[in-house]
Amino acid sequence: MNILIKNGHIIDPSQGIDRVGDILIEDGKIKEVHIQGKEQRAKPPPTPPSPSRGEGKGEGESLLSESRIIDAFGLIVIPGLIDMHVHLREPGFEYKETIKTGTMAAVKGGFTTVCCMPNTFPVNDNASVTELIIRKAAQEGLCTVFPIGAITKGQKGEELAEIGTMRKEGCIAFSDDGQPVMNSLIMRRALEYSKAFNVPVISHCEDLTLSEGGVMNEGLLSVTLGLSGIPAEAEMIMVYRDISLAELTGGRLHIAHVSTQGSVKLIRDAKKRGINVTAETCPHYFNLTQDAIKDFNTNAKVSPPLRTERDIEAIKEGLRDGTIDIIATDHAPHHKDEKQREFDMAPFGISGLETALSLSLKLVQKGILTINQLIEKMTLNPAKILRIDKGTLKVGSDADIVILDINKEYEVESERFASKGKNTPFEGWVLEGMPILTIYRGRAYER
Amino acid sequence: MSKELMNKMDIDRALTRMAHEIIEKNKGTEKLCLVGIQRGGVHLAKRLASKIKQIEKKDIPVGSLDIAFYRDDLNIRKEQPVVRRTEVLFEVTDLKIILVDDVLFTGRSIRAALDALIDLGRPASIQLVVLIDRGHRELPIKADYVGKNIPTALSETVEVQLVEEGLEDRVILESPLVPL
Amino acid sequence: MLTKKDLLGIKELSVEEINLILDTAAVFKDVLGRDIKKVPTLRGKTTVNLFFEPSTRTRTSFELAAKRLSTDVINFSVPTSSVVKGESLIDTALTVQALGADFIIIRHSSSGVPHLLAKKLKASVINAGDGTNEHPTQALLDAFTIREKKEKIEGLEIAIVGDIAHSRVAKSNIYCLKKLGAKIRLIGPPTLIPKELERMDIDVFHNMEAGLKDVDVLMMLRIQMERQGRGFFPSTKEYSRNWGLTSERFSLAKDDVIVMHPGPMNRGVEITSEIADGPRSVILEQVTNGLAVRMAVMYLLAGVKR
Repeated sequence: MNILIKNGHIIDPSQGIDRVGDILIEDGKIKEVHIQGKEQRAKPPPTPPSPSRGEGKGEGESLLSESRIIDAFGLIVIPGLIDMHVHLREPGFEYKETIKTGTMAAVKGGFTTVCCMPNTFPVNDNASVTELIIRKAAQEGLCTVFPIGAITKGQKGEELAEIGTMRKEGCIAFSDDGQPVMNSLIMRRALEYSKAFNVPVISHCEDLTLSEGGVMNEGLLSVTLGLSGIPAEAEMIMVYRDISLAELTGGRLHIAHVSTQGSVKLIRDAKKRGINVTAETCPHYFNLTQDAIKDFNTNAKVSPPLRTERDIEAIKEGLRDGTIDIIATDHAPHHKDEKQREFDMAPFGISGLETALSLSLKLVQKGILTINQLIEKMTLNPAKILRIDKGTLKVGSDADIVILDINKEYEVESERFASKGKNTPFEGWVLEGMPILTIYRGRAYER
Repeated sequence: MSKELMNKMDIDRALTRMAHEIIEKNKGTEKLCLVGIQRGGVHLAKRLASKIKQIEKKDIPVGSLDIAFYRDDLNIRKEQPVVRRTEVLFEVTDLKIILVDDVLFTGRSIRAALDALIDLGRPASIQLVVLIDRGHRELPIKADYVGKNIPTALSETVEVQLVEEGLEDRVILESPLVPL
Repeated sequence: MLTKKDLLGIKELSVEEINLILDTAAVFKDVLGRDIKKVPTLRGKTTVNLFFEPSTRTRTSFELAAKRLSTDVINFSVPTSSVVKGESLIDTALTVQALGADFIIIRHSSSGVPHLLAKKLKASVINAGDGTNEHPTQALLDAFTIREKKEKIEGLEIAIVGDIAHSRVAKSNIYCLKKLGAKIRLIGPPTLIPKELERMDIDVFHNMEAGLKDVDVLMMLRIQMERQGRGFFPSTKEYSRNWGLTSERFSLAKDDVIVMHPGPMNRGVEITSEIADGPRSVILEQVTNGLAVRMAVMYLLAGVKR
């Protein structure tokens, strides 16, 4: 079970590495990291592992030979990515996605750690559901799955769920994603109570009374398409409320999928004031405007909705100046039949795991982020927020590694997604840069 | 390759002759009306009306008929016909209609015109005037008055050009180029 | 010649295409004036009225238009169909197509449904009203009526009064009349006029008296009672007091103003009977013209090559 990755350009923000080097993997752990042209030069280069036959392929995986040397010359070697916002749909909605297919999609997209939202059926609002997800993920998952527990029972926004018990069972954060907690008192309690367990509360910021019936961004386009609009203010109002509550309580607030210019400003100000708040955005919020909906394309229907050029610019600036800490996918797979229907009735969501890295690399290509900063937002920063020992190439940590070819071009073809969710508005886009090999705990999966 | 079949004078003489024939056959202009098929037929109907007036000193009503809604080839035509107005501003019931068209070919336009006319009322009779009869009938239709009979090949086209359309009066036979 | 097999909205039409439809409608209006009001043009074709939303006027108008063109007409309306059994929209439409429909006239409460079906179906899809998006044939018949009465559209001052935000009729009319060169103003309470429309070079008046000044054409919209109590306006009484078309207000418009209404009217709410039935009203002519315009649309769509 040994792999030697040679001559790759290693980027690991957790250790400040940005140089060509070699990584030796043994027994699923990172055994050695050898950086060329550094003081480590004194050490002898790692010995290549002795060739031995693999133990056979795992079911449904493209498992390569388990003892090999990978020449990563000209390629970038990074820690396996962390996606702290996915919907794996299991239990309850296996026709949309399962833990198995969702983690397969993750690995294909370069993610080795995903955090799944609790809006399953039943809702992950108690330890038995948490246990089920963790057990399933251990049996069938292709990468690490951390469940996110519900803030309130049944995600109804009325009564706190057993946050402490779920935390013990393995939930690493809490959120009523998709069903924001409208009651400010409950949200206050959640931010207070969660402090006892040192877990972040992830807020899907949407004032449901203001966004009622809305299916896209409010503006001239929503008027001319005859679709109900969701004003940017529906997000901003709740961002402001939750920041205020975080300030009031000292709880750890993480704002999910920031989509508006106003939210970026509010978060920037909050951070300046030292409030304990972090924020994420998703690739579609800096790659697409509401125009993607023009032909009533339900694959571009997402919550929060795609906004305007101005919002995209603000989000890019927020990513650049650190206001937005991380990039997550909000991977929300749906069945084809659900999306192929009346725009009003189609569910919100984009299947994002398999395009996220390439779409995020556009930020690097456009000079908004350095590749270091991008990788930081997809590895080190989520690891810090979640306080997990992932997203690093430190010796002794899990061998979760992605080899990235930043020059490889390909066309997005949803039919080739590993995810059951083919719902992408990026169909047919030609993207530059893709993960060509993902190693999870020493096992290599080729794209 | 194109060949002139009739010039201005030929057309005028043919119309004069047919005006006389119409009057003769109908024993005057009693209950007579002229209806031209859009577009060429409409111009010819007006010219015939003025010739008849010169001869008989009587005004006879002239209408225009669009047959687009009555065609049998809407599904197979390359281009949908442009719809023009049908303006028959008189009651056709019990009138003797002189239907006017420029070229008589398969007879299908006339069939459509007959249906269109019948939908306007119940005329006493319908007679047909054409400037050119080029043969190749596909329906049992025959003109009562013919300006000129011209034998043609199916591959050829006959074009009637009129001053009302901004052209010089003439009839042209277009033949496809035959490779040597 | 039209270029697309479907009529989804005015947004999708060019000025030339709009004019072609209006010119063709004029010919059909002649046909409708005769004793025999039917032409054999589309015999053998099948029209399906697929109405997911109740409608008598529009459905009847399409039905008669289709019959006047000699197509066979099937009315497939919601309560009797399998839609209520949970059949998907796409399945329902494919079923209708399998019956041999050449024209599918669709009305649905969700915007974009005709666009979705047009992509899935070989038949010509005609939008008879989708959500709050468009109602293209209504706008075409309104334009036809205005053109007939005013002999032009370019340069006219046209006011649309009422619930613009929820009105597909208003939307289609705005696009259509703007394309034809009219100047549009919208009159109504701010809650019912999306402020974004001002970006389309449209004047917005919240004061009825100010808005009516120098108007050539006045289009009144139906006020839907269910908007009351949902915060759009406090009561129909208050609405009527502020934006109802009364005789005093009506005198502010030009002397030769024409008054239109897509129907059904709430007499005494948005319009008084004196005006609706008065000499400046063209409301019933709109209905007649609707037939001619719908015949023209169907005739022209039949000529689009696939």
